[in-house]
Amino acid sequence: MTDNLFEVIDQPIEVGELVKKVERREAGAITTFIGTVREWTKGRRTMYLEYQAYIPMAVKMLAKIGEEIEEKWQDTKVAITHRVGRLDISDIAVVIAVSSPHRKAAYEANEYAIERIKQIVPIWKKEHWEDGETWIGDQLENVAYPSGEPEMEDE
Amino acid sequence: MITVLLFAHLQEEIGADRLELEYGELTVQELKEKLQNDYPSSRLESVMVAVNEEYALDSDSVHSGDTVALIPPVSGG
Repeated sequence: MTDNLFEVIDQPIEVGELVKKVERREAGAITTFIGTVREWTKGRRTMYLEYQAYIPMAVKMLAKIGEEIEEKWQDTKVAITHRVGRLDISDIAVVIAVSSPHRKAAYEANEYAIERIKQIVPIWKKEHWEDGETWIGDQLENVAYPSGEPEMEDE
Repeated sequence: MITVLLFAHLQEEIGADRLELEYGELTVQELKEKLQNDYPSSRLESVMVAVNEEYALDSDSVHSGDTVALIPPVSGG
């Protein structure tokens, strides 16, 4: 683990390290979101997942989300780490930590971060089901892009 | 030379994780059409394109030396 606020790594994510990255004397709240691998999706059983990323661009897009958040919620600090490679059930795929002087901004900004990850960050997961495998891209819980491009916040 | 990076299902459909193409200058849209022609089994309909790590529009142009990434709908998180 490094001091970088935005990372894509192929090792287990340590939640405490992200919390440390956003700790500040002016913070009165730190929220963490921990995204984990779910076993059952609509009655179908996942054996494991495989995540792939376009790493340099994914890191840039995570940093862009951080910039968006600092514009929308002043005086917040964000750290995001996403894991790639093979992940088993209950493994941590992503951790988002946000600190702010008051809790409301930390909660809101954290949710904003995961929604944006699902829109603009070039990371893909392959579901290895009990009965087959699929690259997920237009799953129902994700935003589809009828216009052919992700919604860019500043365009 | 244009480098094209492939991810997710496109790697499997095209059978490589990168292509080195000797195309001249062309638009993103033209590049997608050429690829669809050369690799008919690839599913390029909802694929986004990034040029040099920035999302690009269909009308943007691609030059020799550029790195183009084909980005299927993402599913991180």
